[in-house]
Amino acid sequence: MSIILDETTPVLVQGITGRIATFHTTEMLEYGTNVMGGVTPGRGGSTHCGVPVFDTMKQAVAATEATASVVFVPPPFAADAIMEAADAGIEYCVCITEGIPVQDMIKVKRYQRRYQHASRMCLIGPNCAGVISPGRAMMGIMPPHIYQRGPVGIVSRSGTLGYEAASQLKAVGIGVSTSVGIGGDPINGSSFLDHLKRFEADGETEAIVMIGEIGGLQEAQAAQYARDHMHKPVVGYIAGLTAPKGRTMGHAGAIVSTVGESAAEKVELMRECGVTIVKLPSDFGTTVPKVLRR
Amino acid sequence: MEIHEYQAKAILADYGVSIPEGGLAYSPEQATYRASEIGGEQWVVKAQIHSGARGQAGGIKLCSDEREVWEAADELLGKRLVTPQTGERGRGVYRLYVEAAVSAEREIYLGFVLDRSAERVMVVASAVGGMAIEEIAAADPNAIVRVNVEPAVGLQAFEAREIAFAVGLDASLVPQAVQMMTGCYRVFGELDATMLEINPLAVTADRRLLALDAKMTFDDNALFRHQDVSELRDKSQEDPRERTAVDRGLSYVGLDGNIGCIINGAGLAMATLDMIKHAGGEPANFLDIGGGASPERVLKAFRLVLSDDNVEAVLVNIFAGINRRDWVAEGVVQALQQLDPSVPVVVRLSGTNVEEGRRILAEADVGVVTADSLAEAGTRAVAATERSAA
Repeated sequence: MSIILDETTPVLVQGITGRIATFHTTEMLEYGTNVMGGVTPGRGGSTHCGVPVFDTMKQAVAATEATASVVFVPPPFAADAIMEAADAGIEYCVCITEGIPVQDMIKVKRYQRRYQHASRMCLIGPNCAGVISPGRAMMGIMPPHIYQRGPVGIVSRSGTLGYEAASQLKAVGIGVSTSVGIGGDPINGSSFLDHLKRFEADGETEAIVMIGEIGGLQEAQAAQYARDHMHKPVVGYIAGLTAPKGRTMGHAGAIVSTVGESAAEKVELMRECGVTIVKLPSDFGTTVPKVLRR
Repeated sequence: MEIHEYQAKAILADYGVSIPEGGLAYSPEQATYRASEIGGEQWVVKAQIHSGARGQAGGIKLCSDEREVWEAADELLGKRLVTPQTGERGRGVYRLYVEAAVSAEREIYLGFVLDRSAERVMVVASAVGGMAIEEIAAADPNAIVRVNVEPAVGLQAFEAREIAFAVGLDASLVPQAVQMMTGCYRVFGELDATMLEINPLAVTADRRLLALDAKMTFDDNALFRHQDVSELRDKSQEDPRERTAVDRGLSYVGLDGNIGCIINGAGLAMATLDMIKHAGGEPANFLDIGGGASPERVLKAFRLVLSDDNVEAVLVNIFAGINRRDWVAEGVVQALQQLDPSVPVVVRLSGTNVEEGRRILAEADVGVVTADSLAEAGTRAVAATERSAA
């Protein structure tokens, strides 16, 4: 098993005819992802990357029975694309787009509340690398060859830091069940906690690596959940120990603006909750094997 | 993006917030002229810089006649003001705001922020104003009122009334407060603000609510739909290194150390900074060059990092999904050949085609130190500064 995605999951690409979307759609297809089609308004009826293009998500879902989508739509229109996916009944929507206005995300999150919790679409991202279940399928922009299939679930805000962890694990012969990038924006779709729940329930995952950074309180909430409700070990790292207060460190959401948002505070809280702390970003490969052996 | 007090006040006035009469001045002569236009007996001359706590830094002067206004303006213009928020270099004063002095019976705090956990806009108010909200919170956490606004319908009058009564305003002032708060909420949404603060909000002897100071910041990601807001950008208030970076589409934060950093991905960049610190070094900057690390981008990044005189070594750490490592290696080689930096350069490449990248670097013989792991990258960069200092 894996979470969110496997080789059978039918996937749509939103904004499929764009340059970047074209590149990654080709990569996803090569990796074995079940890409059923794409959507670009006004291009319906054509074929792109060997799959059919539709004008609307509703048409695309009706024709393909897709349950997942990946959004490559430019920032001014990305929130609209996410809501269109939710309205079309998509279960998992991965938004790669970086630079969506915060107020657009507030609107998206409000829109999603139209649906009961159980039937609400799971949004992954925006501003993320996507999801990969190694050896099966990917929805995203990651270099798939750095991942090996195995027992460790990864959930990370940062794309590149997730790659760093996966490749350190591969170097010591440890693989990944699924790696999820939740993105670096201040208001994002699913949180660390949402994916910890999924990994806890997944038969293949034996341990979870959680890679956070400064800003927000999601890492702390996830750590408390791990303490109270999880049996599988969680390994955590927080980037930005040296980040100055009040400065945005690349990711729009990576800013310490209130109590509890600094790396030091998060690390302390995670430790108190029983999360095994990776002190340095070079230590994923040495820390995870110890946790797995327990 | 930050704007000045006078700009924020002009915006707020358009949305029904009352402000004292005031005018902008670029010279002492203009300042005295503004004071005579405004009339009255007392004025405040306020340095316009992108920072709070200007009063403590001597950036706000109360004046009782035109000569005092002239002298205050003469002293402030061209000066660099250092506040707890500006760093050691401070911010240059090139614009002044001259305003009618208001005697406040009491001062209140009113702010609008993004509440990340609730994923909504939150109104923050306190019966005590005139100091930073963190100080108010530290002094008495219960003195702060917080209300999350339902985004589908916006701030309602009853919510604004509750806030107004909670901060102890007289019933006679509540209608003004409601109008002010709903105006603030509206401008926050319409212009894609990320923060709006009126502190202090004064209650005057003649029963008016006046915004004595105002601060607004805007969402950089939404500037594409606000031409008018983009035009309020004041580049003189930005760190020159960061200004260059923004203009080149790079994400840069200037720091105080001596190891220049060129990294892709914000998380990896923060982690690399932590790694340098752990190895006993100090990073000179945070720099995320983003996804497509093309040779042009790498060259721009090198130019920017090397323009910082404090830099004694450069660390390049690239691990990306989209770009090919040999491409980055070529970018590094081109940059080094063109710029011929006098400081050592440590390069760590990982991911696709890493062997090819290393071969390109070795064959070009541009004198870079390579590192295989993140740990090695940190220690080698620190060692390089020690060598370059020796």
